[in-house]
Amino acid sequence: MQRPDRMSIYIYEFAWILPSIAIPVAMIVAIAISAFAMGINVQGVTGRIDPARVNETPPFDRPGLRQVGPNRYEAVIVAEIWRWVAATPDDKSRRVELTVPRGSEVTFIVTSRDVIHGLKIENTDVNMMIIPGQISRTTARFDIPGDYLFVCHEYCGTGHHFMYGVLHVE
Amino acid sequence: MTTETVRRFGAEGRLAAAYFIVALAALAVGGLMGTFQALNYAGVNEILGFSFYEDLAFIFSYYQALTLHGVLLVLVWTTFFICGFLIYVTVNALETPLRSLRFGWATFGLMLFGLLLAAVPILSNDATVLFTFYPPLKASPLYYIGLTLVVVATWGVLVSLVLTYLTWRRLNAGRRTPLPAFMALITMAMWTISTAGIAAEMLFLMIPWSLGLVQGTDPLLARTLFWFTGHPIVYFWLLPAYISWYTMVPKQAGGRLFSDPMARVAFLLFLLLSIPVGLHHQYADPGIQHAMKFLQALFTFGVFFPSLLTFFNVVASLENAGRARGGTGWLSWIIKLPWGNASFTAQVLAMILFAFGGIGGLVNASYNVNNVVHNTSWVVGHFHLTVGTAVTLTFMGILYWLVPYLSGKRLFSNRLALVQAWTWFIGMALFSNALHRLGLLGMPRRSMIGNAPYLALQPEWQSILPFVGIGGVLMTISGLLFFTILILTVTVSKAPANVEFPRAEAVSGPEDAPAILDRWRPWLIGSLVLIAIAYVPPLVAQLSSLSLASPGFRPW
Repeated sequence: MQRPDRMSIYIYEFAWILPSIAIPVAMIVAIAISAFAMGINVQGVTGRIDPARVNETPPFDRPGLRQVGPNRYEAVIVAEIWRWVAATPDDKSRRVELTVPRGSEVTFIVTSRDVIHGLKIENTDVNMMIIPGQISRTTARFDIPGDYLFVCHEYCGTGHHFMYGVLHVE
Repeated sequence: MTTETVRRFGAEGRLAAAYFIVALAALAVGGLMGTFQALNYAGVNEILGFSFYEDLAFIFSYYQALTLHGVLLVLVWTTFFICGFLIYVTVNALETPLRSLRFGWATFGLMLFGLLLAAVPILSNDATVLFTFYPPLKASPLYYIGLTLVVVATWGVLVSLVLTYLTWRRLNAGRRTPLPAFMALITMAMWTISTAGIAAEMLFLMIPWSLGLVQGTDPLLARTLFWFTGHPIVYFWLLPAYISWYTMVPKQAGGRLFSDPMARVAFLLFLLLSIPVGLHHQYADPGIQHAMKFLQALFTFGVFFPSLLTFFNVVASLENAGRARGGTGWLSWIIKLPWGNASFTAQVLAMILFAFGGIGGLVNASYNVNNVVHNTSWVVGHFHLTVGTAVTLTFMGILYWLVPYLSGKRLFSNRLALVQAWTWFIGMALFSNALHRLGLLGMPRRSMIGNAPYLALQPEWQSILPFVGIGGVLMTISGLLFFTILILTVTVSKAPANVEFPRAEAVSGPEDAPAILDRWRPWLIGSLVLIAIAYVPPLVAQLSSLSLASPGFRPW
């Protein structure tokens, strides 16, 4: 192969470098607009809690689903090895079920009593790490009826894959 | 072109071989655990009555096997291969022997000792905490101490390389550092800076806590320190593969590296940008400011730029080779590449899957978009394309010339090695595609999916899961072929090796680069400044609200 002269190598390099800068810049601008102008964001600083006193600390002293306004709900959930607690403490089922009407806006307020867990609700952008000592919080709107599986997605011991629940949207 | 008939640096070659033997042992055991996990996804936990989790002496549970898989593959296979490879690359590129072989062996010995120390509690089921060991899961202190020794001992490899470089520099004042050595030094320097995070986590949080010297720990701070090292580590795995793609593959393909200056720029940008990006693993975490998460998202997009430079430069080099071999046209030069050479083909197949790994990685990096995929099996699909293929299949391809080169014996069967590389490629494509799709459907990662009660609610998952198992079986076959070829090469093969150490020349050589690209101080200072900008605010915030309130748990 004939050696290209130095100038044509520079031209090739710049022809690649310019879009290689422009494309990531365009992507991050789009992300910034969606996050900070359209409100599709991740969680930020959301509050701390003493993991040894979760049972006595509001709102986690009364875990469960409660209506806080028209079409607005709060789901207070405690994660523990290996279940989600969103009901009365004597319910020992590993599967928790919540039910809201369609069109509901649900704020999930979650913490852990023991190790790190993770909450992901399928077909939504609810996806949070649940870290002991920290409170996780996010809001989602449910317009489409159906059963939404939510699982623990961070390893929390040998029963990790038994930890799940279902959110029914009617 | 000169063909080397005498292998040089035999003593350094033996040190590198020792590293490779440990790495390969880890690959074998860790890979076997991966087979079990892929089969579990397909609903298989035993074969012919032999249960993976009940009939093996050292395997107590799925999650213990998963711990072995992670630690042995991403910590041991990678790190030990890389340390041996970078030492051997550097002495060959500088044509200078290692300054102190004794120090080199002492470093290796300390790493091996740390590894054995950590292996004891993993095998006795006292460290079933996965390779991320997030507290308040609490393992045996031996696990933390052993892993710390492995990591800290790698600093010795940097010392070895730097001392050897200084020897070379004294005799070669004013010359540009040969590209492979330049890249090896940057890789080790970047890695060593980045290990400050995990070293601090171990020394100040995990080790005192696991020994009972303090009663509690702060899980968020531990995660932040872990990911300070945990993202740069992926560049520590990847950059040695890039060294081969830039400085060896073009030669193996019969061409030249397109642009040496552009390669140097890419590596310097990796030094600057690999570290201040760890928070993109913590987008979903509570307790971290939006601004800091977004700032590190910006830097993460920044580090995409040198990867694009690499893509261009490596493909342009392959095109140079294809045309040098008589190829013409826009694309038909590709056919002319030496597809019959297993070492070459393995590495090019690794590059092809890496393109998809890079695109998927952009999704993970995309701040709020990450909500869709965070901690789902999408991520598992992603990093099996990167560390599991771009890195692993490249290292396999390197060993296809390096084992013959070091042992002096011809590769047992180039044809079998080609079958091995293609089998890995096809198996991984099936496996990774299935995991990406399952992740989009909400399937969590690091879970014993085959035994999960919620699997019954997910018919769509069930229709895709068999492909995870099929891909895993293909990769198992590929792995068996790989070890068979290497073992037969060093034992049975009688013919003398006919390989040379590949050293690619450049179309645009180092003389086209400005001299600042061969200085160290400005880039090292720049790296530290960016780290400070990215990490001082979140670490100050977390330390000022430090709460060692979490006791340890052992839920296994």
